[in-house]
Amino acid sequence: MEENKVKCLVWDLDNTLWDGTLLEGDDVELKQNNIHIIKTLDSRGILQSIASKNDYTKAMEKLHDLGLENYFLYPQISWNSKSHSIKRIADSFNIGIDSIAFIDDQPFEREEVKFTHPDVLCIDENNRDCLLDMPEMNPRFITEDSKIRRLMYLSDIERNKQETEFVGPTEEFLASLGMKLTISEAKEDDLQRAEELTVRTHQLNTTGYTYSYDELNFFRCSKEHLLLVASLIDRYGTYGKIGLVLVECSIECWNIKLLLMSCRVMSRGVGGVLITHLRNQAKNAGVRLQSEMISNDRNRMMYMTYKFSNFVEKKKKGDLVIFENDLTNIPGFPEYMKVATEHCSE
Amino acid sequence: MTDDTIKERIRTFLFKHIKDNELSNDENLFASGLLNSLFAMQLVMFTEKEFQVKVENEDLDLKNFSTINAIDEFVRRKL
Repeated sequence: MEENKVKCLVWDLDNTLWDGTLLEGDDVELKQNNIHIIKTLDSRGILQSIASKNDYTKAMEKLHDLGLENYFLYPQISWNSKSHSIKRIADSFNIGIDSIAFIDDQPFEREEVKFTHPDVLCIDENNRDCLLDMPEMNPRFITEDSKIRRLMYLSDIERNKQETEFVGPTEEFLASLGMKLTISEAKEDDLQRAEELTVRTHQLNTTGYTYSYDELNFFRCSKEHLLLVASLIDRYGTYGKIGLVLVECSIECWNIKLLLMSCRVMSRGVGGVLITHLRNQAKNAGVRLQSEMISNDRNRMMYMTYKFSNFVEKKKKGDLVIFENDLTNIPGFPEYMKVATEHCSE
Repeated sequence: MTDDTIKERIRTFLFKHIKDNELSNDENLFASGLLNSLFAMQLVMFTEKEFQVKVENEDLDLKNFSTINAIDEFVRRKL
């Protein structure tokens, strides 16, 4: 499975996005084909941002005139080093620095970024014409979720603004969102997104196992497996399909092989809700409930989610931990979230 | 750092998340239904940052975080 897909392309402005230098009074014009590149990447679900040493107001006005300002999220237009700007972009999106690509005409800027962040893919502006064909810029699938990814991030920005400005307990803020989580057994047309989630999701991922479309389709049809997909909406719009669970079901024990969710729903309590659902289901089915956990330096939140849902370490083999839950004291779903469960008819 | 300043700092943090102003030092934060596992994680991260202690995997037990007294004891053990 290819993992080094680019999630975000960061553009330089002067002599990269457009010809000329804005602050030298040039009447700058978009370089030929850039509109096509920007819109194509956008339709593939690749996010875009800006790292430019420029005057913020002037540059944003120009982008507005060009009708492009909404294509670039968290633009960094300042006199800071570009390595710093790129770090801020990665943090704002909550994505790994290794999933960022950066295009600039100046070797100095590319070197500076490469020096601080060796994992960033730096692209010479001269190679712009090959950009759309690069394998890193071609996700294996373009799903319903990827097509509207930028719009989902735009609603995230609005939500986060509200969250920062909200005065009062976190629970009250969460309640104000009016969240509705739907947990359903995966259908065939969920599988592309499911595969995408296993490849893209690192932080909120219990084991990091990746599965191909065909493997997931096998699990979906298998009687010994349960493959669940979770989607979330709130009053700002949809977050899309953000969660995936794979359970291996034997006659007397269920084993959660994989439980993951998109980092866009961090601090919403989705992981806890999914686990509560699985505890209820296992209890109803009269089976024991175990889960696998492979800890790394990024997924500590998931370890905590298991621990705080009463999972106890049973076995440890290298990095692999087997947890078990005794299925007592199962809490209700949190008041701030409506939960709906859908079952496929046989 | 005295006993009381640790407790006060925990209490200040808790009030951002719950409305109960009468919270006693030995009231179970989770049993009373005041808080959930999402909050437990925020509490762990707050503890690490505020008191500069490292919460190891084996410390991730609700018992260490269930009351103001428990968190206070935990922090002092780690400092």
